Amino acid sequence: MIQIDELHKSYHMGSNELHVLKGINLDIKEGEFVSIMGSSGSGKSTLLNIIGMLDLADKGSYVLDNVPIKNLSEKKAAVYRNKFLGFIFQSFNLINYKNAAENVALPLYYQGISRKIRKEKSLYYLEKVGLADWAHHLPSELSGGQKQRVAIARALASEPKVLLADEPTGALDTKTSYEVMDFLQSINDEGKTILVVTHEPDIADMTKRIVMLKDGRILEDKKVEQIRASQYV
Amino acid sequence: MKFIFTRDTWQEIFGAIRKNKMRTAITIIGVFWGILLFIVLQGAAKGMENGFDNAFKGMATNSIFLWGQQTGMPHGGFNRNRSIRLELSDTDRIANQIEGVDFVAPRNARGVFGGAAPLVVNDTKSGSYKVFGDYPIIDKIARKKIRKGRFLNQKDIDENRKICVIGERVLTELFDKDEDPIGQYIKISNVYFQVVGVYKENTTDFFEGDDSVFIPFTTFKKVYNSGNRISWMVIAGYPDEDIVQVETKVKALLKRRYSVHPDDERAFGSANFGEMFGKITGFVKGLKFTALVVGIATILAGVIAIGNILLITVKERTKEIGIRRALGATPGEIRGQIILESVFLTLLAGTLGITTGGVSLRLINSITQNLDDFPFLNPTVSIQYIGMALLIMITLGSLIGLIPAQRAVSVRPIEALREE
Repeated sequence: MIQIDELHKSYHMGSNELHVLKGINLDIKEGEFVSIMGSSGSGKSTLLNIIGMLDLADKGSYVLDNVPIKNLSEKKAAVYRNKFLGFIFQSFNLINYKNAAENVALPLYYQGISRKIRKEKSLYYLEKVGLADWAHHLPSELSGGQKQRVAIARALASEPKVLLADEPTGALDTKTSYEVMDFLQSINDEGKTILVVTHEPDIADMTKRIVMLKDGRILEDKKVEQIRASQYV
Repeated sequence: MKFIFTRDTWQEIFGAIRKNKMRTAITIIGVFWGILLFIVLQGAAKGMENGFDNAFKGMATNSIFLWGQQTGMPHGGFNRNRSIRLELSDTDRIANQIEGVDFVAPRNARGVFGGAAPLVVNDTKSGSYKVFGDYPIIDKIARKKIRKGRFLNQKDIDENRKICVIGERVLTELFDKDEDPIGQYIKISNVYFQVVGVYKENTTDFFEGDDSVFIPFTTFKKVYNSGNRISWMVIAGYPDEDIVQVETKVKALLKRRYSVHPDDERAFGSANFGEMFGKITGFVKGLKFTALVVGIATILAGVIAIGNILLITVKERTKEIGIRRALGATPGEIRGQIILESVFLTLLAGTLGITTGGVSLRLINSITQNLDDFPFLNPTVSIQYIGMALLIMITLGSLIGLIPAQRAVSVRPIEALREE
């Protein structure tokens, strides 16, 4: 699903050059549930942004679902993001003046899907995250866990190939974190490829593979025995 | 461009606008005010133009009043300070010899420019009123508003009839209320005249007011023994004739006829009504132009204010825009939405402004309707001007929308999302 080869990325800050990614090689198969770990500054968010086509690599190749991602125009990147990827953010990033259903329907709107189907789909995915009754509530009327579930529904709505989650539990308490992880696990069980960036070991243990980053290099890449979140919920 | 007409686009825009009512209100106030001013100014200028048009209606505006005075220079063996009295024959001479003269109306008067006003008596009531000896053609200079009966006609002149047309004040002062004056006789300077008409005051008359009596020129001549002399004449030029030039030519001709020094400026007095009227029309034109410029400038300022506020809100909405882009909105879609928001707000404000402007003009109209001496009538704005204003607003709205739109897409989604 994702093939990354010798990926380099550096940021220029004035005269200083900050070499963030120093040759990353990563191969993620369909249906995998991978967590990227590392201390802050290890480059894990940068890697996720590049995978998410929100940022561009300086060197190296990145192939997503057999499509080489390079020299993308903003427009093309937008189309690919919409088609291939679903995003889940630490701070949820819901649009605050749209209700839950409208937020979920937004990626479908940019896919050019008709209103009726958008509505059906958004309700279907809200149902899936257990928030059908909250469809017409604004984000401000939802709890943190609920917000993140809306965000997950939104990420799923466009039926992406890969789900990218940047610290999805970073703003949540432990209990809600496990609830969210439980969702992600069940989605993964259905065959969705999921990539999670986290620095919490317990969250990482709930995935199937942990990639350790340190100073822009992969320190360790190991398959782990998945701990089911449901046992804590 | 297809996206302009899809329901979804508008739903996004309405959503964004509805959820930000305060911002929307502040945004549109500028343009609303601008277009309101534009409409009201245009309407007021037009109303003023209509008012002047109405005041000068039925009036030979391209005309000169001309009378004899005293010479200021000795010439042709005559001393200075010789009085010049114009004669009836001068009118034909001018009408025939000067190019561009439509017609000339001679007048005689008593009680104007000093001189005692003749006594007019009806039974026990009496008063002193101005008396004019006129040809019917005077009606072409300034149309008399006849309230009852008729004005002078050619037969009255030919037969030296002793008839008169009286003003409304003369009527109320000499006759009882509800008394019909037509056919009755009144004594003017001890001569009986039959009343054939009553006229209403016309605001643009120079002398008549509502306290004058018109009698046939020929009758005047007999009653006051004025011979061929006339008090003054009114020379009407053709509508597009240069009246100042006509005036010069007429004076040159009269100077030759009365042996007046060619450079003598005092022998003939004149009031160039055409010139005055030209100044008034010029003033109204200037007013309309100013209104146009001020109006457009105000709209411009309003639209710039919209752009300004959109720019601020784009900054506020950086995160929202980042989310949208992460979810797959292309830069084109983001740009289109911002521009459409700008145009929509501009048009909304414009429509509100035009409506309010129309209502204001209606109000102004109803307030000024009963003010007779205020030249203001039917303040309207032509549909072309409104169309032009709308066009300007759409164009400027989309142009000004480009700035925030460009800013919105220049923010990279990752930066937008990182912003907390």
